[in-house]
Amino acid sequence: MIWQSAIDFFSFKDPNVVYVLAGIIFINSSSALVGTFAYLRKRSLLADAVSHALLPGICLGFLFAGEKNMPALITGAFITGWISIYLIDLIVRKSRIKQDAAIAMVIAFFFAIGIVLLTYIQKHGNGNQAGLDHFLFGQAAAISKNDVWLFAVVFVVILLAVLLLYKNLVILSFNPDFAQSVGIPVRFIEFFLTSLTVLAIAIGIQALGVILISALIITPTATARMWTHHLKKMIVIAILISVFSGIAGAFVSYTRAQMPTGPWVVVILSFITFVSVVMAPKGLLRKFIVRRKNENKINDENILKTIFELKGFSEKEKMLVFSTVELTEKRLFDTKKLDAGLRRLIRRNLIQHKGNEFELTTTGKKEAARIIKLHRLWEQYLLKRTSIDTDHVHSGAEAIEHIITPEIEKELEKELGIEGIPEDDY
Amino acid sequence: MKQDIHAIEVHNLTVSYDGKPVLWDIDFNLDSGQIIGIIGPNGSGKTTSLKAIMGLLKPASGFVKIFGKSLDEVRDRVAYVPQRESVDWDFPASVLDVVLMGRSKSQNLFRRANKTDIGIALQSIEKVGLTEFKNRQISQLSGGQQQRVFIARALAQQADLYLMDEPFVGVDAATESAILELLREMKSNGKTVLIIHHDLQTVSDYFDYLVLLNTRLIAKGTPPEVLTRENLSNAYGGQLTLLSKIVDLIRQNEFPVREKGFDL
Ligand SMILES: Nc1ncnc2c1ncn2[C@@H]1O[C@H](COP(=O)(O)OP(=O)(O)O)[C@@H](O)[C@H]1O
Ligand SMILES: [Mg+2]
Repeated sequence: MIWQSAIDFFSFKDPNVVYVLAGIIFINSSSALVGTFAYLRKRSLLADAVSHALLPGICLGFLFAGEKNMPALITGAFITGWISIYLIDLIVRKSRIKQDAAIAMVIAFFFAIGIVLLTYIQKHGNGNQAGLDHFLFGQAAAISKNDVWLFAVVFVVILLAVLLLYKNLVILSFNPDFAQSVGIPVRFIEFFLTSLTVLAIAIGIQALGVILISALIITPTATARMWTHHLKKMIVIAILISVFSGIAGAFVSYTRAQMPTGPWVVVILSFITFVSVVMAPKGLLRKFIVRRKNENKINDENILKTIFELKGFSEKEKMLVFSTVELTEKRLFDTKKLDAGLRRLIRRNLIQHKGNEFELTTTGKKEAARIIKLHRLWEQYLLKRTSIDTDHVHSGAEAIEHIITPEIEKELEKELGIEGIPEDDY
Repeated sequence: MKQDIHAIEVHNLTVSYDGKPVLWDIDFNLDSGQIIGIIGPNGSGKTTSLKAIMGLLKPASGFVKIFGKSLDEVRDRVAYVPQRESVDWDFPASVLDVVLMGRSKSQNLFRRANKTDIGIALQSIEKVGLTEFKNRQISQLSGGQQQRVFIARALAQQADLYLMDEPFVGVDAATESAILELLREMKSNGKTVLIIHHDLQTVSDYFDYLVLLNTRLIAKGTPPEVLTRENLSNAYGGQLTLLSKIVDLIRQNEFPVREKGFDL
């Protein structure tokens, strides 16, 4: 059943599917493009206000044209969208109300008017047949051939604008004062960019709905930011994420007739975001793995060190034999962690079984000596360079010895005037 | 080096936010080829004055001339370094990306950076000692390094007049003296540098000329002329005890003539 609809959907048997897909690609790419700069300029919340403010505009456009005429609807939406931005700006400038509160108020106001108009149209005209109610939650299936052309034009305008103004948009987003100081027409570009944003939101309303369209502006970019530090890559990733969730959402809504598209797109989008939070380069999973690795490293190095301390430094010739009991007596090891650590050390060939006990291998001995050397180096450094209390030096070095890299080791040696401490010292 | 044309002329400048003036009837002329300091307590309008000079704020009255002309005529000869905290350093850009922004001019809005631009940007990065970090993300720099990125961006502008808002905030002593060295080199090349500074201990050492502000112009002139007990108490008011100590300190040291050690 699902497969059958998948085949139907992606084989484009139904010509409407082609329009829907093309429409989604244009809508979602447009919103991801302008969304990047809204995000970088910290205007994400404004997108939310604008999207709600489009509803009354759409209704007015409908009343004006007397039918669901896309250019009329979008023109209406564009106008009320801009009015909402102007109103927010006005409230912030002329009153003591801060921007977040102003945005919240404007959202509610415009949305209320929008619903009033929508109800009026549905009661008095052919609003139901026209599918104006789709503007609340979106119905991608309603995208027609003419709509696609309109969306394509908007997309091309936005794409060209971004390509042409890229350098200026970046400077403006990073540091508006500086942009103005080098003569970039900041006011004009901001006006232009805001217009493009309103336009991008307006064309998406039919497919996504006023309530959820703002997610398309914000979420793909915020998610892409987790994956890269490069702005251009970030834009591409944002577009891919947005288009993917758009198509997936449209597909789900296609297979279950009557299901609105917007919620599905946003659910899928949010799922990608969630996965990114966990999996991205600096995500939770990576953090978890790194922390685990560090814990294990510290644990294993402490075991090696304890063996060495336990058996003294004199018995250079013979292998050092030890039991777990001896180790736990010398240092408070958690038994589970100790066992895991010993197993890892065996795998790394630093220790080996000897009957019921263990012995340190030659490489193991070297490694243990290295750790103790680092510990000493750091102690010396602290004593020499800081005014730390002598009895705190040891505990300070206890943590740092596991972090010191070979490069830092060299630097420490140089700093302390030691040309590689002879191994005999240990 | 005296010139007929001042690097900056500020005439009767008043700037207000929401009708509340934060700069009031300010007048000063600054000669070129100097390192000039703007000092004053927090909130005294130092940043505002720089923004007004840079045309970022519309004055309620008065006007500013740069090299005897309006800013628009000489924009490419002026470089502006905003306060470091005025931007979000988590922005996805590398050191080189930011320094290249300095190559943006009003005549080349649609042109992408070319080889010459990149060469100049790399040179500027080298001058501030960040070459090994040139591809580093700016979010991964220390505060002092970020400050140097801003200075490198200004250097890349190859201007004649540099306006810097607190370039020494958050930098360590070594970086501070490196930046200062750079400024002196710029001065010896005939550049004019205007710096907002808040550390009174070092002003007499750093600057040729001072402007002391607190909403109104309190004093202007050479450091010995400006750093009097009376001027400082007018500007700083309540925090006088500490300041009088500084004044005494400055007196005692009889203003070390800092032209020693480098020639013009
Ligand atoms: N955008 C603004 N809106 C309203 N007041 C402002 C704004 N920027 C600065 N101010 C006020 O103007 C005064 C001068 O600020 P500023 O020029 O930043 O001082 P400084 O740089 O000397 O510390 C301060 O009282 C500050 O609170
Ligand atoms: Mg300031």
